[in-house]
Amino acid sequence: MTDNRAVSVRGLTRRFGSNTVLHGLDLDLQPGSFTALLGRSGSGKTTLLRTLAGLDPVPEDAEIRLPEAVAAVFQEPRLLPWKRVWNNVALGLSGREVKPRAERALSEVGLARHRDAWPATLSGGEAQRVALARALVREPRLLLLDEPFAALDALTRIRMHALVLDLWRAHGPTTLIVTHDVDEAVLLADRVLVLDAGRIAADIPVEIPRPRSHGDARFVALRRRLLAELGVEAEVIREAA
Amino acid sequence: MSEHALGARDTLAPSTPVRARLPRPDLSRLRRFASPLVLVLLWQAASMAGLISPRTLAAPSTILVTAWELLVTGELPRHLLVSLGRVASGLAIGVTTGIALALVAGLSRLGEEVVDAPMQMLRTLPFLALVPLFILWFGIGETPKIALVALGSAFPVYLTLFAGIRGVDPKLAEAGRVFGLDRMGLIRHVVLPGALPSGLVGLRYALGSAWLSLVIAEQINATAGIGFLINDARDFLRTDVIVVGLLVYALLGLGADALVRAFERRALAWRPNLIKG
Repeated sequence: MTDNRAVSVRGLTRRFGSNTVLHGLDLDLQPGSFTALLGRSGSGKTTLLRTLAGLDPVPEDAEIRLPEAVAAVFQEPRLLPWKRVWNNVALGLSGREVKPRAERALSEVGLARHRDAWPATLSGGEAQRVALARALVREPRLLLLDEPFAALDALTRIRMHALVLDLWRAHGPTTLIVTHDVDEAVLLADRVLVLDAGRIAADIPVEIPRPRSHGDARFVALRRRLLAELGVEAEVIREAA
Repeated sequence: MSEHALGARDTLAPSTPVRARLPRPDLSRLRRFASPLVLVLLWQAASMAGLISPRTLAAPSTILVTAWELLVTGELPRHLLVSLGRVASGLAIGVTTGIALALVAGLSRLGEEVVDAPMQMLRTLPFLALVPLFILWFGIGETPKIALVALGSAFPVYLTLFAGIRGVDPKLAEAGRVFGLDRMGLIRHVVLPGALPSGLVGLRYALGSAWLSLVIAEQINATAGIGFLINDARDFLRTDVIVVGLLVYALLGLGADALVRAFERRALAWRPNLIKG
């Protein structure tokens, strides 16, 4: 890549019927950065992620540049129930040493001993770790996470946050996480984008050193600011009055 | 004749204490077998007391002896082979056709438009009602019999496999696309394994339907096969032979079903309810 951008999106507009979901959106992601995309439901964040993942067509007037290797983790693990864990990780891989590669990825997420298990026997957190291993084994330059921890219980989610940060530090993919959880965004990302009405309404760097704690004054301040951007605080205040 | 029956009961008796020593679940299983056994004994008693005439229904002991005789004289195996041959050829044609049509209709829009509408219309037709037409078209030889079995088995396979292919979770297909599966890869790794459980249910229906078709088909001027054995026995008022024929049909059906279920256990080992153990 000649310029210093891993991902570049220009003028992305997506309409479903009369409903404009993305409105001439521009987005640049630096290589190896960890960006969180916040937004209320219906703000277009999932549509943007699906477009980047190649699941939605790119409109003709939009310009999108992406690295070759893109991988995604969805809200549900989406493992193929009829393939054993390691076969799920190895899905779509070709060439030699597929099995050792899958096994290495599984040990990175701490599931080496489950490599021959059926997905139906895994817990929600384990299944999501397999999904992470399946994304990582491709050595993606862009890792897309679509609310990957939303369906997990609070304790599992804390462990998954730590795991994702470890993996991101070890492999350095450009990472974009879509979430509606402000705490999660502030905890994980270098930069938080707030999507509103199909445009990026706020672009806020997170300059809190890791490991970050919920009690940190900067954490609290940023959290409040983001909630205000999402229009939560105004509503809460109105309700309280 | 009654000697044979007594012999059969004698061999049953010593095995009973052995079973009784087994743990509780087997006791309840034993009880499940007990009530049919009592019914058979009542039937035997009624026959021996002359309450049931052999022209209405032969005694169980007579049936056992007849079954043994038909077996050792090679008559039953000969007819059985003919019937099995018909079912096997009919199933091979029917199941292959059902699978092929389901793949065409399930995997392409155009295929669905061309194939599904006529199939959905035809399936409402009770296929056994086609017997008169089949006799006109194919005569009274082996062809109409095999054709009827093929027809009876093609529809269940088509309908369930088509529904199975269309019922595959689109989210799994999406995941497959993100991870670099092309169309062939998607069909091989996502669509077909996802449709297999429903397709196997269809196969079991198809087997049931195949036996039913066979029973009907073998009433059409057959000169061999279990159906012929039964029809022939009717002319001579041999209710014992008729019952033997019916039992063979039942055992064949059971055996075929067990075969598919054994295959299911292997092929669908990933399903949560089958994982235990």
